[in-house]
Amino acid sequence: MELEPLIEKFKQKDEKAFETLYNMYSESMQGVIYNIVRDNDIAEEVMQDVFIKAWHNASSYSSEKGRFFTWILNIARNAAIDKTRSKAFKKSKQNLDADFFVDILETSDSLDNSTDAIGIKKFVKKLGEKCKAVLELLYFKGYTQVEASEALDMPVGTIKTRNRNCIKELRNMVLE
Amino acid sequence: MDIQAYIESGILELYVAGALSEKENKEVYNLMLQYPEILQEVLEIEAAIIKLTASVSPVKHNDKILQAVKAHLGLTGTNSNVIPMPKYNWVTYTGWAASVLLAIGLFWTTTQNNQLKTDIQIVKTQQELLETQIANAKSNLEEANTLISVLRDNNITKIPLAGQGNFSSTYANVYWDKQQQRIYLDAEGLPEPPEGKVYQVWSLTLNPLTPTSLGTIDNFITDDNKIFEIENANASEAFGITLEPAGGSETPTMEFLYTLGVVNAG
Repeated sequence: MELEPLIEKFKQKDEKAFETLYNMYSESMQGVIYNIVRDNDIAEEVMQDVFIKAWHNASSYSSEKGRFFTWILNIARNAAIDKTRSKAFKKSKQNLDADFFVDILETSDSLDNSTDAIGIKKFVKKLGEKCKAVLELLYFKGYTQVEASEALDMPVGTIKTRNRNCIKELRNMVLE
Repeated sequence: MDIQAYIESGILELYVAGALSEKENKEVYNLMLQYPEILQEVLEIEAAIIKLTASVSPVKHNDKILQAVKAHLGLTGTNSNVIPMPKYNWVTYTGWAASVLLAIGLFWTTTQNNQLKTDIQIVKTQQELLETQIANAKSNLEEANTLISVLRDNNITKIPLAGQGNFSSTYANVYWDKQQQRIYLDAEGLPEPPEGKVYQVWSLTLNPLTPTSLGTIDNFITDDNKIFEIENANASEAFGITLEPAGGSETPTMEFLYTLGVVNAG
């Protein structure tokens, strides 16, 4: 199905369109959220909040402002980060900043054995540290290019090209 | 514009990440519309990132969350773009129509019932009124018959009482039944007594002049035919009527002697 008309329907509160979009992006969002909160139950809680928020704010999305995926990715990252800032969360969890998404992929045995998953595992193993960090900050944590540049002590231009190369490899791995 | 250089700059990867400014986002969006290669590149970057992020999710295809979200949003499982109308069929409409008719019917019946009750009450009152009138007429008739029989009786002596002094325009008649020792006083020629006063009837003997009270007429105003039956066992030679204070007097007040009449001998 074409994405544009689907999103248009979703903005008009079409339930079927909402379900389709959920199926397209929910796993991705759950990965991002889980990487931030590192707790399955909390991740599911945040997931619910994210899609409820998406439904309520559907009309505020505009394709001129960015990709729909990026829009919902932003909602997910913000909701998850908000969660980690809550008092209840801080009590139960220690500092998670040191953990990257790659740790989940490298340590988890529960990941399924689909071609994609195997490909991504291989990809992650080959990734250089700088590459892992750039992907982590830009996609999983929602840093801007300037914020990432400061956090990694790299010029913005370097971030851009390094990120491009990382994703090129990823694309070769997962996309035909 | 060098499309390839633009793509290779890495800006599109940042675009998908949401790491660009609003202005840059709009710029990329416009270029995507203009150059299909740029759009294609964005789509592939996006697809790769979706797979990368999804690979980190501990749960695959989490339907449980979707159901929870739908339940929270009150979504029913049908297309909510069209607000679902309750499905009314003819049974529903007929049912409503029937109940409305029933309500109207009940209201009409109740109103009718109340109206009939009121009607019955009115008729009852009218009937009671008629019964009273009939009873009154009967008793009037009896009185009239009694009076006729009195007038026709040979044993009855008629004594006209003429108005006296200031009351010369008044008059009365006494019909005396000596055998039954009673008189019938026809007082139609007397005015209504003023408040606090009553007429008192006197039997008189003339030599010497001795008045004997026959009593006061307390019901003068309320009596319809102004005919009063009074006991009289005296050997009366005359009858007089005076106006006295309520309750009557021992002796007649001569200033208020209204009427007086002498019984003719023989």
